Amino acid sequence: MVMATESQFHVLAVDDSLIDRKLIEKLLKTSSYQVTTVDSGGKALEFLGLNEDHRSIPNTHSVSPNNPQEMEVNLIITDYCMPAMTGYDLLMKIKESASLRNIPVVIMSSENVPSRINRCLEGGAEEFFLKPVQLSDLNRLKPHILKTKSKDEKRDKQEKQEESDPEFQSQQQLQQLQQQSNNSKRKAIKGEQDLDTMALPLWSK
Amino acid sequence: MNEEMALIAALKTQHKNLVLSMFDEGILDDQFTQVQALEDESHFVNQVITVFCNDTERAITELNKNLSYQNVDFEKLYDSIHRLKGSSSSIGAQRFKFACMELHLASEYKHKDGCLRALNNMTREYLLLRSKFETLIELENRVSAIETRERYRGNHNAAST
Repeated sequence: MVMATESQFHVLAVDDSLIDRKLIEKLLKTSSYQVTTVDSGGKALEFLGLNEDHRSIPNTHSVSPNNPQEMEVNLIITDYCMPAMTGYDLLMKIKESASLRNIPVVIMSSENVPSRINRCLEGGAEEFFLKPVQLSDLNRLKPHILKTKSKDEKRDKQEKQEESDPEFQSQQQLQQLQQQSNNSKRKAIKGEQDLDTMALPLWSK
Repeated sequence: MNEEMALIAALKTQHKNLVLSMFDEGILDDQFTQVQALEDESHFVNQVITVFCNDTERAITELNKNLSYQNVDFEKLYDSIHRLKGSSSSIGAQRFKFACMELHLASEYKHKDGCLRALNNMTREYLLLRSKFETLIELENRVSAIETRERYRGNHNAAST
């Protein structure tokens, strides 16, 4: 599958304030991003493919039933002060998830609290925007998206190369077979040792 | 046709002057300019103003309720105040925002009278703001109506020739 070079990046915006959601959506669209907005951290995680227990829904790759077009999310921008789950809590959940941790996260807040800002940046947020967010602030987003995309593309390329290289494939198969035979040998030796040491089966204890 | 053009121009001037006077009086600050820059065919600015007004009225009602008890739970005020500070900052409603900050201060000191006074002031500022916003929206709607009529007439004439 060839990715169109002009395809838009998709941003997920999280904010419990309707007016701020409207504004950030417009700002992002004006900057040529595709936008999805949600009003809570919980809904954000659902959209990203984590279920209520915040564990990965099997067979999803950063995609959920509510994301029918299967657009990957290239960046998450979230408000800090939200009821139930703060932007920082959401950041933590995203970083804990193997499937989501590479998505860059930006946090916004109306309050300029240095300790809060530091905590978020140390927690892995790429940027911290003070509200109200301006059009010029959004110029800082692209580098983070591109950095992640190029990392992903490198990894994908490597995987594809490995998949399509026949010599590499047969080497892998050989290695696997060897490993299997080693394991059986080990098991056999272990079996003999056990007999020697008369390790009692667990159920007899 | 020229009459309509003149009318549109006059309405637009009125609109512009009203916005300028709101800046002059400190009712609006530069953030409103940022919002105006996002204007589009869907009348984005009007939509934002409408959301702001609905949100604000809900929050003021909530604040009135919570301040009406003999023993005020000042914690309960926090959510509404935080929301109002945020939305007024986002739309550029400067004077209203300052009034919200006064309420915030009074609530931190758990000063009920201070809170009531601040809420009164906020309500006054909000009503003033709302009335001017309503005028802005009305002026825009009138311009839209004329432009739509002209477009229709233009199409109609083109079709019949």
